[in-house]
Amino acid sequence: MDMAIALILSQDGITNGAIYALLALALVLVFAVTRVIFIQQGEFVAYGALTLAMMQSGVLPATVWMLVVMGALVTVLDGGLALKAGQGRRAASVAGWNLGYPLALAAAVGGLAVNELPLAVQVLLTLAIVVPMGPMMYRLMYQPIASAPVLVLLIVSVALHIAMVGLGLLFFGAEGQRTPAFSEFSLELGPLMVSAQTLWVLMVSVLLIVALYQFFERTLYGKALRATAINRVGAQLMGISPTLAGKLTFFLAAFIGALSGVLIAPITTIYYDTGFLIGLKGFVAAIIGGLASYPLAAMGAIAVGLLESFASFWASAYKEVIVFTLIIPVLLWRSLCSHHVEEEE
Amino acid sequence: MKLHNTLLAALGLALAATAAHAEIKVGVVLSATGPAASLGIPEKNTIALLPTTIGGEKVSYIVLDDASDTTTAVKNARKLTVEDRVDVIIGSTTSPASLAMVDVAAETKTPMISMAASARIVAPMDDKKRWVFKTPQNDQQMASAIIEHMGANNVRKVSFIGFANAYGEGWYEQFRKLAEAKGIEVAASERFNPTDTSVTGQALKLMSVKPDAVFIAGSGTPSALPQKTLRERGYKGPIYQTHGVANNDFLRICGKDCEGTLLPVGPVQMARSLPDSHPVKASALAYVEKYEAANGAGSVSSFGAYAWDAGVLLQAAVPNALKAAKPGTAEFRSALRDALEGVKEAAGATGIYSMSAEDHLGLDDRSRVMIEIRNGTWSLLK
Repeated sequence: MDMAIALILSQDGITNGAIYALLALALVLVFAVTRVIFIQQGEFVAYGALTLAMMQSGVLPATVWMLVVMGALVTVLDGGLALKAGQGRRAASVAGWNLGYPLALAAAVGGLAVNELPLAVQVLLTLAIVVPMGPMMYRLMYQPIASAPVLVLLIVSVALHIAMVGLGLLFFGAEGQRTPAFSEFSLELGPLMVSAQTLWVLMVSVLLIVALYQFFERTLYGKALRATAINRVGAQLMGISPTLAGKLTFFLAAFIGALSGVLIAPITTIYYDTGFLIGLKGFVAAIIGGLASYPLAAMGAIAVGLLESFASFWASAYKEVIVFTLIIPVLLWRSLCSHHVEEEE
Repeated sequence: MKLHNTLLAALGLALAATAAHAEIKVGVVLSATGPAASLGIPEKNTIALLPTTIGGEKVSYIVLDDASDTTTAVKNARKLTVEDRVDVIIGSTTSPASLAMVDVAAETKTPMISMAASARIVAPMDDKKRWVFKTPQNDQQMASAIIEHMGANNVRKVSFIGFANAYGEGWYEQFRKLAEAKGIEVAASERFNPTDTSVTGQALKLMSVKPDAVFIAGSGTPSALPQKTLRERGYKGPIYQTHGVANNDFLRICGKDCEGTLLPVGPVQMARSLPDSHPVKASALAYVEKYEAANGAGSVSSFGAYAWDAGVLLQAAVPNALKAAKPGTAEFRSALRDALEGVKEAAGATGIYSMSAEDHLGLDDRSRVMIEIRNGTWSLLK
C-alpha cells in the first residue's frame, strides 16, 4: 500500500460513493415524505441504464410499453373518478398526461432512428421514459394505502422490487450491457488517471445535491415536501395535498435513480438485477443518516464507497460482508444515543 | 365407420408397440428452462439428432425438463427408472442436479451419463459412482492447458482473480495445485462478485505484485470487468480467462480491452479452424454440421456437444451390451454399465473417450485447445 494506490482507491471509492449518495438522498426523501422504504430505487438505476443501452443498439426499449400500460391504468382510475365527479376537463387532462404522453413518446422513440441521435437526446428520452414511472407507481400502488403502517408499505415495496426485477429480465434479457462513455477525454493527475466519466459522475452528483438543496429551501413545492416530512397531518391541515407530495417525491426518486443509471452505465456492466445491490448500498448510507438526515446520509454514502474500495484491496473475498456489517455498529450507536419515538399505533 | 377403422388401426399400433419389447429406452433429464436454460436448450436440440437405431435395435428417447432444479431432477430420474423402466439415463445439465441423481442411478442400478462439468460427479470412484459417467471436461483439464501455455511462455509469477463463489474457488484450488507443480508462483489471489460494479481495488492488488500474467476465473460477461479495469489501470501483460467466457456476449461487452485474451476451450467450438491432423476434428465437425443444419448457422455450442457425446458413448457401448442381454432387463443395464466402462478411443465432439474402472470421464489432453481473442473474434493458437 503506497500513496498512489491509496489515491486511486479513494478516487474509485468517491466515484461509487457519489452514486450511493444520490440514491441515499432519494431514499431518505421518499421515506421522510411518504414513509415508504423505496427498495425499487435500484431498479430505476438498472431501467435507466438498460433503456439507454437498448436505444443505442437500435431496439425500441420495452420500458416504453411498461409506461404506456401504467399510464393507461392511471387514466382508468383517475379519469374514471374525474368523470364520476362530472369534471370532464380534468378527465381529459388526466388522459392527456397519462395516456397521450406515453403513446406520443412511444411513437417518437419508435419512429425516430434513436441509435443515430446524439447521446444527450438519447439520455433525455431515457429519462422521459423511466422517470414518469415513479409518480405513476405511487398513484397505482401507494396512494390507495397511503395511511397504512410502514410495514405494509415495505411489503408492497418488496413486491414491486421483485416484479420490476422480473420484468427487467423480460425486457432486457439476462446479459449485461455497457454504454459508450460520454467522452473519451481523461485527465492525468500524478498517479491518478481521472476519466471524463468519473468527472461527470462527481459533477452531476454535486450539482444535483445543490439543486435539491435549493429546491427544498427556496421553492414552494420544496417547502411543501419538507413540511409533509416534518408533520404529515399538520401539512395536510395547511392545505398541502399528501397525494401531490407523494407523486412529487416519487418523481424525484425515479429521476435520481434513472440518472444514476445513465451515469454509471459506461463505467460498469449493468444487468437487469444490478440495481438491487447498488440500491442496497445507498440504503446502508441512508441508515447511517437515520433515514432522516441528508448530510449524514451523503457522508455515509461516501464512507460506504471508500470502505468498499479499500476492502476490495485488502480482503476482496469479504468485501460485501465488510460493507453490510457496517450497519450493525451504526444501528447500535444510533439506538444507544437517540431516544426512541414510537410512531406507529 | 371411418372413425371405427382409425380406432382399430390405433389399437393395432398400440399392441404392436407393446409387443416390440426389445427397444432401448433412454431417459433424458435436462434443464430446458430456469437459470441453466442456455445450457439445457442446445442439449435438448441435440437429443433430437441422436441416432434412433443402435446395433439394429430401435432407440427411443424420453426427455424431461428439470427447470434447473435439483429436486425436480431427482423426481424425474425416479419417474424414468421406476415408471418408464429406462435402460440408461442421460443428464442432468447442472452439477448439483447430477450429483443428486447419482443416488437414484445407483439404487435402481441404471447407468447414467451426466452432461455437467464437476469432477465430483464421477470421482472419487465408489460403489454408487460406478454407475455414473460424464462427458464434459473437468476444470482440471482446462486448467492444465492454461498452465502449459504459461510454462511455454516463461510466465513465472501469476496473479489470480476469481468469482467469490464455488466457480472461482474450484478454479483456484485446481489452478494453484497445477501451478505449484510447474514451479509457477501464484503471487496474488483476489475475489470479486459477479454483481460487482467496480474491481479497482482488486486490480491494483493484482498489479502490485508485478506479475508476468493475470488469470481471471469467472464466467460470462461479468468476467469482462476485471479485464477492462486492468487495462484501464495500464496493465500490459497477458491475461488468461477460463472457457466460461467463450460466448459472443463476452466479446460484445469487453470490446477492444479483450484483444489478446488467452483461454482454453473444447475443440467443438473451434471445429472449423482445427488443423486436419487434429484427432477430434472429424468427429467435432460432424456434430457441428449436423446441429447447424437443424438449428441454423453459428448456433452450435459446447453444451450441446456434451449431449452428443453421451450418444457417442451409447453407440460404442450398446452393441456390446446387446450381446449379453435383452433391453428392458436388469441384466442389460448391468451389461451396458460394463460396456460403457470398456469404451476405448470413442471419438466424440468434445474429445476422445477411453473409460476405465477408475476413470468414468476418459478424456485426455485432446479435449481442449488454447485460443486467443484476435480482431474481436476467437482464433486458434498454433
